[in-house]
Amino acid sequence: MIAATGSERPAHNPLHAILLCFPIALFTSALISDIAYLRTAEMQWSNFSAWLIVGALVFGGVAGLWAIVQLVLAWRTPQRLATLIYVVALALAWLCGLINAFKHSQDAWSSVGALGLTLSILSTLFVLVAGWFAYSAAPVRGIAR
Amino acid sequence: MIRHLLGATAVLLALTACSRSDPNLRQTGPNPDLPAQNQTLVPPMKIAEPVGWNGERPAVPAGFAITPLATDLKIPRQILVLPNGDILVAEGSGGHAPKLRPKDVIAGLIKAKGKSSVKGGDRITLLRDADGDGQAELRTTFIDNLDAPYGLAFVDGALYVAEQGALLRFPHEPGQTRITAPGAVLTELPSAINHHWTKSLTSSADGQTLYVGIGSNSNVGERGMAVEQDRAVVWAIDRQTGTHRILASGIRNPTALAIEPTTSALWAVVNERDELGPQLAPDYLTSVRPGAFYGWPYSYWGQNVDPRAHPQRPDKVAEAVKPDYALGSHVAALGLSFATNGGFGGAFSQGAFIGEHGSWNRQDLSGYKVSWVPFNAGRPAGQPVDFATGFIKDGKARGRPVGVTFDPQRRILLIADDLSNTVWRVAPQ
Repeated sequence: MIAATGSERPAHNPLHAILLCFPIALFTSALISDIAYLRTAEMQWSNFSAWLIVGALVFGGVAGLWAIVQLVLAWRTPQRLATLIYVVALALAWLCGLINAFKHSQDAWSSVGALGLTLSILSTLFVLVAGWFAYSAAPVRGIAR
Repeated sequence: MIRHLLGATAVLLALTACSRSDPNLRQTGPNPDLPAQNQTLVPPMKIAEPVGWNGERPAVPAGFAITPLATDLKIPRQILVLPNGDILVAEGSGGHAPKLRPKDVIAGLIKAKGKSSVKGGDRITLLRDADGDGQAELRTTFIDNLDAPYGLAFVDGALYVAEQGALLRFPHEPGQTRITAPGAVLTELPSAINHHWTKSLTSSADGQTLYVGIGSNSNVGERGMAVEQDRAVVWAIDRQTGTHRILASGIRNPTALAIEPTTSALWAVVNERDELGPQLAPDYLTSVRPGAFYGWPYSYWGQNVDPRAHPQRPDKVAEAVKPDYALGSHVAALGLSFATNGGFGGAFSQGAFIGEHGSWNRQDLSGYKVSWVPFNAGRPAGQPVDFATGFIKDGKARGRPVGVTFDPQRRILLIADDLSNTVWRVAPQ
């Protein structure tokens, strides 16, 4: 694997990298729109969050599948730990997002509330961790050489 | 992904397994038992699969017979009997609420499974059974090209039709079987979004005032309160001028209005809010007290605060009046008709027939029947009794009652069934 991964090649297929961008951006945006809703009680912010979370789940789900395959392929390489952290963090972000999608289907103030905000924070933190380790799993020039 | 799927399954099971009804709670009558609120992450939706009647009929009490007076209608909702005995049936479906959230898309798909696939007729059908044998020898399209007609009233030689966006007046000649002239708009009705689109209608005892029930534009304010202007109210409309005033407010979805015959007071059946649990909040039957605020969205059944309404309004909660009589949670009362001129006699002399369309928001189905609430001296007197049942059989829906109309001239009760697209006729044997 090390030999196959050339020093100039990224760890990710570009499509995988693009897919992972979505949950990172969308979970983070949902957290911001949740905060906006809690500050204004303006329903449209909560509606935004609901769609952002669903989008994060769709793209994050595909990225997660890809990540599991990548983990299997990277199992006997130095990238194993980083890839494992990436997969676990993305899975946790996705699970929190799934529960949060149901939370956001409740009506009016219950669509966010303390639980919705907490889940949005957790999804955002986990997906940022996932992104950090996914993109830092790229082979360092020295190791690859 | 397997981890995801297993986790998701476990979460879903955990989320849905916590919403059971307590059969010991009495949720009908003047003082219903109200359990604690139970908001679940997955609403406990349960749709009764429509299967039709296949030649069978609803069950009615001993001494009564029920027959289909008309079938193959196009979503019959409310019924009016004209002075000459002709029967008018309003048919249609309204509402144009945009889907704002993923939930709106998903819930819409699920709820559609419990409805007739027939497209609403947007018309009024006339049925004539002049010899009273229970067979309509004449059936005509009385008025066509309406916009989701629902409430009907006949006053002083004119027919009033509450469409989803306007109250129309049609001049009427006795015995007429078709009206082609367009209706005159007496007043526009609030119709933006029309989450609850049905406009119920009745006239005051003296005929001078028309009452229109206008439902809320959301379950509990989740489309924002700006769209709730002039919603969840009953309007009193001057029949001559068309000017209106708000008679009562905070009355979430007043789906049928009727005048109680001994007191001439206005009564309504009202559908209450969803997603607080299978036994909250009870739908109700109430006299509509002028100036009263019935709580929506801030509270239900008096001062029970709904935490979903935000910002909260303790002043409005304090002002909220309790309705007169609970009908049960999620029964979806859509029909109300008082027995007049002695009703059917016996146990069914004084009281109200209630059409209960049936629940979708609780696992144990409720409603799906026509109830009788006995009255004495103009007030409910006792627990409701089943009058027409069998709309559910083995957990599947054969029909769903909507409007009910008692005709004192022929001593019959008419029931609109918008799932089997039938008008049922109940008569003493």
